[in-house]
Amino acid sequence: MPAAYSLLEAARVAWMPADGALHGPIVDRLMFWNLVALCVPAVVAHVWLVFAMLRRRPAAGVFPAAIRWGLLAAFCVMYTWMALTAQRLWAENRFAGPSLSAMQVEVVGEQFQWYFRYPGPDAVFGTIRPQLVNAAAGNPLGIDPRDAHGDDDIVSSTLVLPAGREVDLQLRSLDVIHGFFIPGMRLKQNTVPGLVLHIHFTPVVVGTYPILCSQVCGLGHARMQARLLVVSPADFQAWLANRERARAGEQGQ
Amino acid sequence: MKRIFARIFTTNHRTLGIFYLYLALAAVAVGTMLSLLMRFHRVWPDAVIPFFGIMKPEDYLALVTMHGTLMIFFVLTTAPQSGFANLVLPEQIGARGMAFPRINAAAFWLTVVAFLVLISAAHISSGGAPISGWTNYPPLSALPGAGPGQGLGMDLWLVSIGIFCIAAWLSAVNMLATILGERRAGMTWTRLPMTVWAWLVASILTLLAFAVLLAAVVLLFSDRHFGSSFFIPMGDMIDGRVVGHGDGSPLLWLHLFWFFGHPEVYIAVLPGMGLATSLFANFTRRRVAGYRMMAGMLVAIGLLGLAVWGHHMFVSGMNPYAGTAFAMITMAIAVPSTVEVIGWLATLWGGGLRLQAPMLFALGFLSFFIVGGLTGPLLAEPALDAYLHNTFFVVAHFHLIMAMAGVFSVFAGIYYWFPLMTGRLMNETLGKLHFWVSLITAYGTFLPMHFAGLAGEPRHYDRLAGPVTSFPSLIPVERAITYSALLLAAAQFIFLWNVFASARRGRIAEANPWQATTLEWADAEGPMRIERGPYEYELPSSGKGFHPQWESATKEE
Amino acid sequence: MPATFTRNQVEIERKDPGIGGKPPYDRRPTGGGGDGENWDNQPSGRHGPRELLIRYRLGVLFALAGDLMFFVALVSAFFVRQSSGHFDVHDNFTNDWLPLAVPPILWLNTAVLLLSGLTMEVARRQLFHEIDVMEEWLGLGRPAVKRAAPWLMATLVLGLMFLGGQWIAWEQLVREGYSFISPNPSSHFFYLITGIHGLHLVFGIFALMGALVGMFTLKRVELRQVAVDSVAWYWHTMGVFWIFLFVLLVFFQ
Repeated sequence: MPAAYSLLEAARVAWMPADGALHGPIVDRLMFWNLVALCVPAVVAHVWLVFAMLRRRPAAGVFPAAIRWGLLAAFCVMYTWMALTAQRLWAENRFAGPSLSAMQVEVVGEQFQWYFRYPGPDAVFGTIRPQLVNAAAGNPLGIDPRDAHGDDDIVSSTLVLPAGREVDLQLRSLDVIHGFFIPGMRLKQNTVPGLVLHIHFTPVVVGTYPILCSQVCGLGHARMQARLLVVSPADFQAWLANRERARAGEQGQ
Repeated sequence: MKRIFARIFTTNHRTLGIFYLYLALAAVAVGTMLSLLMRFHRVWPDAVIPFFGIMKPEDYLALVTMHGTLMIFFVLTTAPQSGFANLVLPEQIGARGMAFPRINAAAFWLTVVAFLVLISAAHISSGGAPISGWTNYPPLSALPGAGPGQGLGMDLWLVSIGIFCIAAWLSAVNMLATILGERRAGMTWTRLPMTVWAWLVASILTLLAFAVLLAAVVLLFSDRHFGSSFFIPMGDMIDGRVVGHGDGSPLLWLHLFWFFGHPEVYIAVLPGMGLATSLFANFTRRRVAGYRMMAGMLVAIGLLGLAVWGHHMFVSGMNPYAGTAFAMITMAIAVPSTVEVIGWLATLWGGGLRLQAPMLFALGFLSFFIVGGLTGPLLAEPALDAYLHNTFFVVAHFHLIMAMAGVFSVFAGIYYWFPLMTGRLMNETLGKLHFWVSLITAYGTFLPMHFAGLAGEPRHYDRLAGPVTSFPSLIPVERAITYSALLLAAAQFIFLWNVFASARRGRIAEANPWQATTLEWADAEGPMRIERGPYEYELPSSGKGFHPQWESATKEE
Repeated sequence: MPATFTRNQVEIERKDPGIGGKPPYDRRPTGGGGDGENWDNQPSGRHGPRELLIRYRLGVLFALAGDLMFFVALVSAFFVRQSSGHFDVHDNFTNDWLPLAVPPILWLNTAVLLLSGLTMEVARRQLFHEIDVMEEWLGLGRPAVKRAAPWLMATLVLGLMFLGGQWIAWEQLVREGYSFISPNPSSHFFYLITGIHGLHLVFGIFALMGALVGMFTLKRVELRQVAVDSVAWYWHTMGVFWIFLFVLLVFFQ
């Protein structure tokens, strides 16, 4: 059993990217056991089929009903186990909101670019008006200059996060439905124009993780990618301070 | 002239069934070619394809959209349902014909019109075919400026599908009236062949689901042309301009579309399930164990299938509590499906299978149903679907359970009912070759996609190489899939050759060549009152070993 | 007195309770023909006088079931659209739904449509009047048709009045500034709902005209019955749909 586990574990590692989120290992374990639970009946059923095909002389009698019901009961138990274990994870991740100390970052999807906005020292996002969106003029998200809270907002095309701190992502879209997908964080949520959606997670492992778009959004869909950089808290503070200085400098001009 | 007109616009259901199969053949040929172009491009993205040129990203997305639309609507909703039902349903229930032959014919010709309009979407407009996938989520599908092909191409798609909805509605009305009202005396509910049960449930689903799709299409058309905002939210932007002036909800489209979309996939697969039961009984020479249970499970799958649409929307922005509710009901639908599979496996357990071509394809159907179906419960869990949604894992799942199982059920039906259509048998050797090559290459095409999905590869990507990640480990996988797909497509030429050569020169079939019990094989009118069940096969210890339904019950005993 | 209101002499003599009354016990209709009413042992097409009627009723039933789902989808879109909104710049949830006051003529139209349902039902029952149907079947004139025709005409006239009234309602709205191509979502829905219902009623008008023509040209009495019966059930359903849609527009905005 452990040998089989490690073999399959190797296969798993070869196919799912390394996970870096707090809940990542739980998802991976669930995925692994689900796949095992489903592969076994698939193989058994095919052995059964081959056996039936090779059996030339027909056997008398009907397949015992007791075994049929037993099989069905076993499957029902399996399905229930699958549903409940997964449900617990889903409830943990999605039913409850983020903790109050979670860092707030806004993610905005646009054809065909991801933007990430940090609220800056005042910890409040500035208001946004679609009419003001003008990437060429340096305001890709349409931050309203009349709102003081927006003066210190930092807009980045890379998502930088400190390891070990829970982050609450606020997902928006400017034009069409996009899909915010970080495979390494086992995270996916569509961004829907007109809605502000929240997901929260805790990145744990330092590294670079691709961010992909998982909902077809037009001809640039395959190129709508960004990077998640999970860095140590010290590096994150340094990066943030750097960007805040640059932003203050811009505002000063 | 009048005779040609009468022969083309015939109301004879047999002929219409064959017409539907021809339409499905045309659609599957085009759809397969599109998918091969897609596969070719994924492996050799910079190649110049003859008659096509270099494939741009929007070309690829247009191929994806048209491939999905053609296959789901014009192959899997027509052939197993309208195609075969028109061929044999009236005979199987002992009726003289369909309840409304002219409505039946009208439904077919409307489907043809819809097909032609859809094909024109790719050619008529300068923008080409739509690029938003067969699901066409707004605002991408609601704003003509959102991409190439989203202008006239999208409008033509909407018109085509709108016409298809009306054709489906007419067809379902006809089938339901026939099944409920035209059964011969004595053809009680428990004496119906399982195919009829399947067509009954699929017709009810067709009736309910396509009406909702039609409403969604009308609302989307209104958003595109009449300034309404059913799906376009306030402040929505496209190309730097604010175009959203009303509080529309893109999620409304998702709900309406998937309320149609999920029953649609059951419409595609239920007839195959009914046919599998029939064929297993026929070629194992056994009664169907648990007939009532099997029929009841078809009904259960149909009913539950109307309540699970939200499992396509776990990460769409829908309320997570609704996600839980949909997850539970979706897991519940695994139960009747498992009962069906156990029923089939139990029927097969006794051995002594007559492994002729129709049976092989029914077994292939079962294999794909099991493998494709088992990944369903996994995807039904929102926590795992949050990783796998819109990756190639889902593509593998629905291609195995819907495309391959559905197509194998169509093959099984054609091999099986070929003698009824032409009076001849298809070549058995070619049939076996077709089966084995198709089975192996189909698994070769779609099993590796599970791994690509686990690696995180999203759908609708025209190439793997992106600015941040290129999925380098998947390039050999993609190549293997493409080679397999090419072989799978090539194998179908064996089938086509077999069909058209056997129609002319195949072995003449005797009456009831498969020694079946269902009424379509009767060579005479049969009794006025049906007294036998549909699958009265017994082990060959008593006489000829089976009692066809057209025999009266008083003959034996 | 016009034929539609007179009673047949035979009816009075044998104390026929007339339309709507239960026939006396010994004269309950059994479907005619001896042999213990053994319709079943007949080929298809010889299953008795109600075979065609049942087939067409089934067809109309299923067609209307599909139609009902279509309207259900529109109504659900109606409710979703009413409640969907957006967060404005001050983070208040606003929506752009302005309830539309239905033009008062709609109440009159509703009354007209309900009345037309009444006349339609009377027409339908006249055509199933046993004594007259028997005379028609024997080829002795068309008394049932003569009874039913005026009621059918009345339904047609009332139906046209309804459609005319709907058109007036539309014109009133356009005069007030709410055309279909205006940005007001409730007016969109008003036109959509009344328009699609009106379109169905136009089909119904054509069906009524067809039934009227058919009553005088169709040769078999059961075909005449089927024609009027089918149109009647369609007409009733459109009336019931209208009641729901009307209540929706008036009370649920």
